[in-house]
Amino acid sequence: MPSLGADMEDGTFTEWHAEPGQQVARGQVICVVETQKGAIDVEIWQAGTLAKLIASPGQKIPVGQVMALVATEGEDWKAIAATAAEAPPRGAARSERPMPASAPGPVPAAVAPGEMPVTVPATPGRAKISPAARRRAEELGIDLTAVKPSGTHAVISIADVELAARAAKPPDRQAAMRDAIAAAMSRSKREIPHYYLATGINAERAISWLEKRNEAVPIGERALFAALELKAVALALRETPELNGFYDAGGFRPGAGMHLGVAISLRGGGLVAPALHDVDRLSLADLMARLKELLRRARSGQLRSSEMSDPTITVTNLGDLGVETVFGVIYPPQVALVGLGRLQMKPWVTEGTIAPARVLQATLSADHRVSDGMRGSRFLAELDRLLQQPEILA
Amino acid sequence: MSATIRINYREALRQGLREALLRDERVFLMGEDVGRYGGSYAVSKGLLEEFGEERIRDAPLSESAFVGAGIGAALNGMRPIVEVMTVNFSLLALDQIMNNAATLRHMSGGQLSVPVVIRMTTGAGRQLAAQHSHSLEGWYAHIPGLRIVTPATLEDARGMLFTALQDPDPVLIFEHASLLNVEGEIAAEPRAVDIDYAAVRREGTDITLITYGGSLLKAMEAAVKLAELGVSAEVIDLRTLRPLDDATIVASVSKTRHALIVDEGWKSGGLSAEIMARIVEQAFYELDAPPGRICGAEVPIPYAKHLEDAAIPQIDGIVAAARDLVK
Repeated sequence: MPSLGADMEDGTFTEWHAEPGQQVARGQVICVVETQKGAIDVEIWQAGTLAKLIASPGQKIPVGQVMALVATEGEDWKAIAATAAEAPPRGAARSERPMPASAPGPVPAAVAPGEMPVTVPATPGRAKISPAARRRAEELGIDLTAVKPSGTHAVISIADVELAARAAKPPDRQAAMRDAIAAAMSRSKREIPHYYLATGINAERAISWLEKRNEAVPIGERALFAALELKAVALALRETPELNGFYDAGGFRPGAGMHLGVAISLRGGGLVAPALHDVDRLSLADLMARLKELLRRARSGQLRSSEMSDPTITVTNLGDLGVETVFGVIYPPQVALVGLGRLQMKPWVTEGTIAPARVLQATLSADHRVSDGMRGSRFLAELDRLLQQPEILA
Repeated sequence: MSATIRINYREALRQGLREALLRDERVFLMGEDVGRYGGSYAVSKGLLEEFGEERIRDAPLSESAFVGAGIGAALNGMRPIVEVMTVNFSLLALDQIMNNAATLRHMSGGQLSVPVVIRMTTGAGRQLAAQHSHSLEGWYAHIPGLRIVTPATLEDARGMLFTALQDPDPVLIFEHASLLNVEGEIAAEPRAVDIDYAAVRREGTDITLITYGGSLLKAMEAAVKLAELGVSAEVIDLRTLRPLDDATIVASVSKTRHALIVDEGWKSGGLSAEIMARIVEQAFYELDAPPGRICGAEVPIPYAKHLEDAAIPQIDGIVAAARDLVK
C-alpha cells in the first residue's frame, strides 16, 4: 500500500485492474485504492509479471503492507504464486473442512457406521453462504457475489456480510477529507516555523506576451496565465532548491524534480494538491495540456498514486476568486508554498512615471528550519525577473 | 441469602426421596435392593430404617413385574417411585413402560392416569461395561405419553422427584452414574423445581452448547476453556428431554448462530439428531454454520478405562469441535 500523502495511515482497497499472470510495465495503473482524498489509481513501479493478488476489495490495508506479489524478469510467476503461503485462490469454492471425529481421543481402529468420514465435494461455481449470512445480505442489500469468506471453512458468514456492508457504505467523503486537511494543517502549524514574504509583480509584459501567443495558436492550445505562472515558479525554484523538497526526521531532502502540487478546490468542498511533474522542463503548451488533464481528473476523482505522493512544493492560486494576497499553510513534509493572488489594476511607477498596470501579488510561505528570508526573497525576485521575460517561459 | 449446605448428588437424590416420602403418604419406593442393601448406588440408604418395609420395598429380580406393579399401584391412587438399577435393565420392563404406562390415559379416553415415577441410572464412566453403561434416555424420549427428565445439578437431583410425583402421567428420571459423587453447595431448604424448561447454565454469545445429564459438567468446563480461547459459549442444560423446550434452544441459537449438541447417546437416530432437526426446522435462517454434534461412539460402551473414555464425549473434544464450528 503506497503512502498517498503524508498523513495517510491506510487505504481501502477497491479493485484490481490487472490479474495474475499479466505483464505489467512501470507506471501502469494496476488497482484502485480509496483514501480520504478519494479513489486513487495506483501505479506499479516494478515491471514484471503479477504473480499473486493479495489485497481484496473492501479490505483496509495499512501503508507499507503487501498488496500483490510481482515476478521480475527471469522469475517464474507461477512458482511464486504457488509458494506464497495463502489460503484458497480467490473465488474458488473449496471445502477445506475436515469432518470432526465424533469421539475425541483415541478412536477404535474399526470405523463404526456413524463415524464414517464424510467428504463434501466442492460445488464449482457456487459459493457457500450460511443461511444467516444470506438473510442478512438481503436485509442490507449486499451483493453476495462480492463478499469474500474470511473463515477457515470458506463459507460466507454473517460477519463477512456485515463487514462488506460497512465497506460498501459510501464513506462520508467530505468529512473524511476535512479530517485529512485538518490533520495535515494542524501538523504543519504545530511543527513548521513558517515565515511569509510577499511582493507585487508587474504582470503587464507577461500578459501581453501571452495574449499575443494565444492569438497565434489554435483555440485548443491557448494557455492560461495560471500555466505561465506555474512555469515561472518552477524555473525560479532552480535558483533556490532549498524551497523544493521535504523536511522529515533526517532533515531536509531536496525534491527529485520540480513537481508542483497544484491546489485544486473540489466541488462540494475540500481540496487536493496533486503534482504536475517536472514543470521546469515542460513547454508551456505541454504544461497547459497537463494542467487541464489534471483538473479534469481531480474533479472526477481519478488521480494517480504518484500525483498524490510526490509534490515537492505547493502552488495555490486563489486569484480567480478576487483575493489579492494569499498566505498559505505549508503542506508537510514540503517546505514551501507559493501563493498567487488576483491580477489587480494598480498605479505602477516605472522610471518616475505612473502608469496603470495589472499587478500580481506573489507570496511565499516557507519553512524556517530549511531556508531564511534572504533566500525566500531571492526566489520571489527570480519569479519577478522571469515574468518580465516571458519568452523564457514558452 | 438463606443457608446453604454442602452435599453430593447421591445425597441430594436421597433428600428428594425423603422429602417425597414425608410429604405424601401415598408415596412409596420399590426396586431391586432399595431396602436392606440401601440401593445398588446407595441412594436409598437408611430409608428402610426410617420409613419401614411398607414404603421401602425390595422387589424380586424381575423388572417387568415390579415396574408393572408400580403402574398398577399408580392406577389405583398411589404415588409409586420405582427404581430400576440401570437403563439397560429397564428394557426388560419396556413393555410395561411403553404399552401400559405411556398408553393407558389415551386408551381409556382419559379415564385412567398413571402417576408413576420411574428412576433409573444411565450413562458410562464407571467401567461397568456394555450392559450397564448405555444412555438410552433418547429412546424413551421417542415415546408419547412419557415425560423424560435428566437432573444434572444438585438442585435438580433433589427437586425433580417431588415435581415429577405431582404429574398425573408417568415420568422417567435418568440419573447419570458419573454424577453421584459430584459435590457442591445448595440451599439448605429444598425448593420446588420445574420439569418443563431447559436452563441456560452459562451465558455466551458465540456458540450454544446443548447438553444434559452427565455431559453438562463437561460442557461447562469446555465453556471455560473456550472462553480462554476467545470463544464465548452459552451452555443449555435441557433438563427435560420430552417434551423438549424448543423455545429456549431456538432463542439461544438465534443469538449465537452456532449450535453444538453434546449427547453421550449414540448419534444415529438419537436425541442429538432430533435436536438438530428442530434447530434446522425452526432456526435455519439464524444459523451461521451447520449445527454440530459430539456424541457417544457407535460402539457398545467398552469396559477398559481408556476405551470407555474414548467412547463418550470429553472436554477436549467439545472444545475442539466448538472452535472448529465458529472458525
